[in-house]
Amino acid sequence: MSSYSPENLSLAESVLMGVKEEPGEPLGLFFWICVGWVGLNIFGAIFANVLPLQNPLYGNFNLINAAPSLHHLFGTDDLGRDIFARVVYGARVSITVGLGSILIGYGIGAPLGMLAAYRRGRFDAILTGFMYLLLAFPAIIATIAILSFWSPRSLFKIIVVIGIASIPLVYRVIRTATLSVATKDYVIAAKVQGATDRRILMKELLPNIAPIALSFFLIGVATIIILEGALAFLGLSVNPPTPSWGNMINEARGVLSQNPWLALFPSLALCFFLIALNFIGDRIRAHFDVTEVKL
Amino acid sequence: MLRYLTKRVVLLIGIVFVISVGSFYLIHLLPGNPATVILGFGATPEAKAVLYKQLGLSKPIYLQYFVWLGNILHGNLGISFISQTTVASVIRSALPIDLEIIGISQVMAFAAAIPIAMRSARKPDGTLDRFLGAGSFTLLSIPPYILIVVLVYFVSLKWGVSATGPSAYVSGGSFFTNLESFSLPAITLATGSFVIYYRVLRSDLISTLQEEFITMARSKGLSQRRIMWRHAFRPSSVALLGAASVNIGGLIAAGFIVQYLLQIPGLGYTLILAINSSDFLVVQGIVLTVSVLVVAINFFFDFVINIVDPRISRE
Repeated sequence: MSSYSPENLSLAESVLMGVKEEPGEPLGLFFWICVGWVGLNIFGAIFANVLPLQNPLYGNFNLINAAPSLHHLFGTDDLGRDIFARVVYGARVSITVGLGSILIGYGIGAPLGMLAAYRRGRFDAILTGFMYLLLAFPAIIATIAILSFWSPRSLFKIIVVIGIASIPLVYRVIRTATLSVATKDYVIAAKVQGATDRRILMKELLPNIAPIALSFFLIGVATIIILEGALAFLGLSVNPPTPSWGNMINEARGVLSQNPWLALFPSLALCFFLIALNFIGDRIRAHFDVTEVKL
Repeated sequence: MLRYLTKRVVLLIGIVFVISVGSFYLIHLLPGNPATVILGFGATPEAKAVLYKQLGLSKPIYLQYFVWLGNILHGNLGISFISQTTVASVIRSALPIDLEIIGISQVMAFAAAIPIAMRSARKPDGTLDRFLGAGSFTLLSIPPYILIVVLVYFVSLKWGVSATGPSAYVSGGSFFTNLESFSLPAITLATGSFVIYYRVLRSDLISTLQEEFITMARSKGLSQRRIMWRHAFRPSSVALLGAASVNIGGLIAAGFIVQYLLQIPGLGYTLILAINSSDFLVVQGIVLTVSVLVVAINFFFDFVINIVDPRISRE
């Protein structure tokens, strides 16, 4: 039985990583469909202005709230803008914030977590205590408070604030994963042979925690994209008219009864992307079987 | 047990201290004089002078903290310069709404999750289990703000159920008159919670059902139902309670989005309004209240988990 304390349990970990499955489960067809879908979304986001799309900011006032047609695949919004183009462009904001923030979280949280688990001792105790203290503070409230007071708002600031808020979470996951590896015989063997700390960290520990790190990375991106959407609803994300999935759904609320398409397509884009990310993350973990992360 | 609890209480006090410093410092993070921040630009010099004296703003900052802390401990969170009422009364009128919505949603989530997880764990990888697994995974990836838009579209717009749509909430109603306008947010929060509880409880039940004492109970000829409720449920509920602790804390902090979309003036919506109108003392008061509540809930569940599984405090 793994030792339990409530603060080393985040919902993403417990819900997605706590389900015990057979080791080495095959990835399956749906996994590759999800990978393809995420790839397609990223491709669309990067090349949105090269692809043959209509201008996402151009409003055709003769054709507002149109239903989907061949000319406007997803229809048009209340200002006559092409929803398909806006959904594709909207992926940019979500993916940039998701990836950027989690990269900050991993850039700082992951090395610290690995070091703390490898070194143990006072360094570990102080750092872990500090991180747990940060985790006790509701991050979403702090994010909203800081973003609303830190003007003028920009995509960069959003990424920085969410990224910093994710550091303690990443730290905890990586530290727990490293702890379970650091006491294995092959690590001790490497130590006895006189391998340098750097070599042990990079060659022995890193490859072994890579699957769980990658898994949590993807789930983290999904979580942050949800958070970005929530911020967009509150008007704390990028300013309109720049499309993001969140602010498109938010704008669609006002014309929900006239034009449900407007809410439907960005919602579907967001949900499919999140399902794909979560599924890939979950499969990777099941495939490499890092189930029991013991403390 | 006692030693464990003392340790937790010390940690609790430490966390509350950090939270209080954080919320105190929020006002000072803002550009400009704190008196202007609190009273707004239209304040008279006399009002500012009174505030300076009240909050000890001319003293060094660490002394200001203690003056502030003293006020907080006496229930004095200041006066909102927008509504000219005390921040404490703003919070007192908003907090019950949060508690009611979250309370209803949790009753629904647990009432659904526990029996369904038991049914699902009885035959892992059976048809029902696979169906529920895929379904819950999909629901997990649907953010609450999309769910609430979908619910509003169908329930309030298509089916025309009154008092469920945006700004349908009328303040001053009793617990029961509000039920209709709280139904959509409660269902939204319940759905998210249900998925979490179902998945956590299911996976724990499956591993508990493989233990020897369950085989023993089976060989004694006990009914499936009795085995589930009397023998398997308690040892499997530790992770469930842990998940509930994190989740409910998250709902208090994150419930703002459903409240905001339906204009229900709970803490979350009040917080957003206060941020938009630069009513910083209200912001400070709500941030403090929510943070302390979250910590208190975690502490409470810690205690419950200890009662359910006393081995934890002995580790």
